[in-house]
Amino acid sequence: MIQRAIDGRVTSAATAVKVRVSHLDVYYGSNHAVRDASLDIEENQVTALIGPSGCGKSTFIRAINRLHDLTPSARVSGKVELDDVDIYSRGVDPIVMRRRVGMVFQRPNPFPMSIYDNVAYGPRVNGERDASRIAGLVEDSLRHAALWDEVKDRLSESGVALSGGQQQRLCIARVLSLRPEVILMDEPASALDPIATVKIEELIAELRERYTVVIVTHSMAQAGRVSDRTAFFLNGSIVEAGPTNQIFTRPKDRRTEDYITGRFG
Amino acid sequence: MSTELDSPRTLTAARGRAAQRGLTTRQAVSDRAFRVALLGATLLFVALIAGLFVELVHGSWESIVTFGAGFLWSSEWNPVTNHFGALPFIYGTVVSSAIAIVIAGVVGISAAVFLAEFAPAVVARPVSFFIELLAAVPSVVFGLWGLFVLAPILSQTVEPFLQRYLGFLPLFSGPIYGVGLFTAGLLLALMIVPTVAAIARDLIQAVPNELREASIALGATRWETATRVVLPSARAGIVGACVLALGRALGETIAATMVIGNRPAISASLFAPGYTLSSVIANEFTEATSSIYLSALLELGLILFVVSVVVNGGARVLMWSMLRSLGRRP
Repeated sequence: MIQRAIDGRVTSAATAVKVRVSHLDVYYGSNHAVRDASLDIEENQVTALIGPSGCGKSTFIRAINRLHDLTPSARVSGKVELDDVDIYSRGVDPIVMRRRVGMVFQRPNPFPMSIYDNVAYGPRVNGERDASRIAGLVEDSLRHAALWDEVKDRLSESGVALSGGQQQRLCIARVLSLRPEVILMDEPASALDPIATVKIEELIAELRERYTVVIVTHSMAQAGRVSDRTAFFLNGSIVEAGPTNQIFTRPKDRRTEDYITGRFG
Repeated sequence: MSTELDSPRTLTAARGRAAQRGLTTRQAVSDRAFRVALLGATLLFVALIAGLFVELVHGSWESIVTFGAGFLWSSEWNPVTNHFGALPFIYGTVVSSAIAIVIAGVVGISAAVFLAEFAPAVVARPVSFFIELLAAVPSVVFGLWGLFVLAPILSQTVEPFLQRYLGFLPLFSGPIYGVGLFTAGLLLALMIVPTVAAIARDLIQAVPNELREASIALGATRWETATRVVLPSARAGIVGACVLALGRALGETIAATMVIGNRPAISASLFAPGYTLSSVIANEFTEATSSIYLSALLELGLILFVVSVVVNGGARVLMWSMLRSLGRRP
């Protein structure tokens, strides 16, 4: 599987940095969850964040669209630059910023409303009033999320009634409806069966053509299959980051090697 | 049987089997006894409800036979001529409760959204505590306060104000007494608002946080998240909370009796005095000298009983269906 990643994806040297995270620290109360993490996330690449449970990778990804703002006990310091603008700086409105940085969650979380309304939600709250434009966005997004053919005849049915894998693709369509620039995925396939997982992974491979994708995964095989670049987290710090094939075959750090080869974690 | 289990002889295979048999029998017996006891306790409640219903029908039978279905829409209530009709009481009950649930619904749901979605814990906790304390105030105290504080305020300021600007509507026309349907409705609203606010807050908090995060991550504001995602998710349950509160308003006796005016009349104006089913039962029970009078009062009780059971049952079903639909999410 790692071999496929090596053959299939040769990272071009000329990619631009889309998100630059520098010296990020995140605290929950007194718990120091992310420690001085710095990472360059390159445009139109899939970056996988791997590491054992509780190593801070989910906390890290949630800092990239300021979801920690919702948690009163969470504190963030450091810089997260999206196209060279720090999203934590005073002039940035998180509401506007989140439109450019979408998020897919660990458990499929469609809204308890129709399939159509689920996808139309993003454009609507962002001020889109034109019904035909919304309809176009809904269809495009569902097609792009490889769900259109399965749901086109029942768009008015509840999104919650879909299967788990379909729900997760609905959530991806919901994110795509805003035409974001960056898509964050927090273990998007961990609640799904193997067949649904394959579909999500195929989808990720297509998404990288238009979007910058950051995916948290606890499955190294998945990281090997879908990502161009990988960052290894341990105890809240980034131990090592680089092209996926290099991390998987010639890790520089002993701890990365131990994790990759299954000696712990 | 237990001595057999404790004995060392059970070590032999045959005895072991016997002991095993003894064990299963003993468990089965105690299980069965326990189940029967629980079933009995449960059936007792069902029997109470059924018995109450049967007794009310039995007591009001004379009135049911004499007045038939016309009892429900006759507005005459005359103990002297022994002609009885329930309409003014049904009207008073429905109108005062409707006023109460409209006001309590709006205020209670707003408070619940604020407490569950926006208020920091240092504010939400004490406020929730005081809202729940409000539910513990005895209704006769509410009644006293309503009669001596609320009614004068309403008759001197609020009702003249409404009449000046909305007096062209029959609802706000006519003489102002202070006591009346509007005062009763407002007082009932105060009494049931804790029910709406506390239950709605719990139900809103039961909405999974993942839905809020999904909405926020799509660039929605917290306000949009609360009104477009969280409230619709909890809608069935909140409607249930309102219906439950409505049930309380329908049956509330003493406070309504103290401020509604106790006149069995149907008037278009909300400022006019009225009468409720429970008030007339409480007020006239001791004066019911003829058997048909007593029977008519019991029939009012039967109407109130049926309405309350249906309303409360419906409320439970609504809230239960909401929690179940949220729980079914994978």
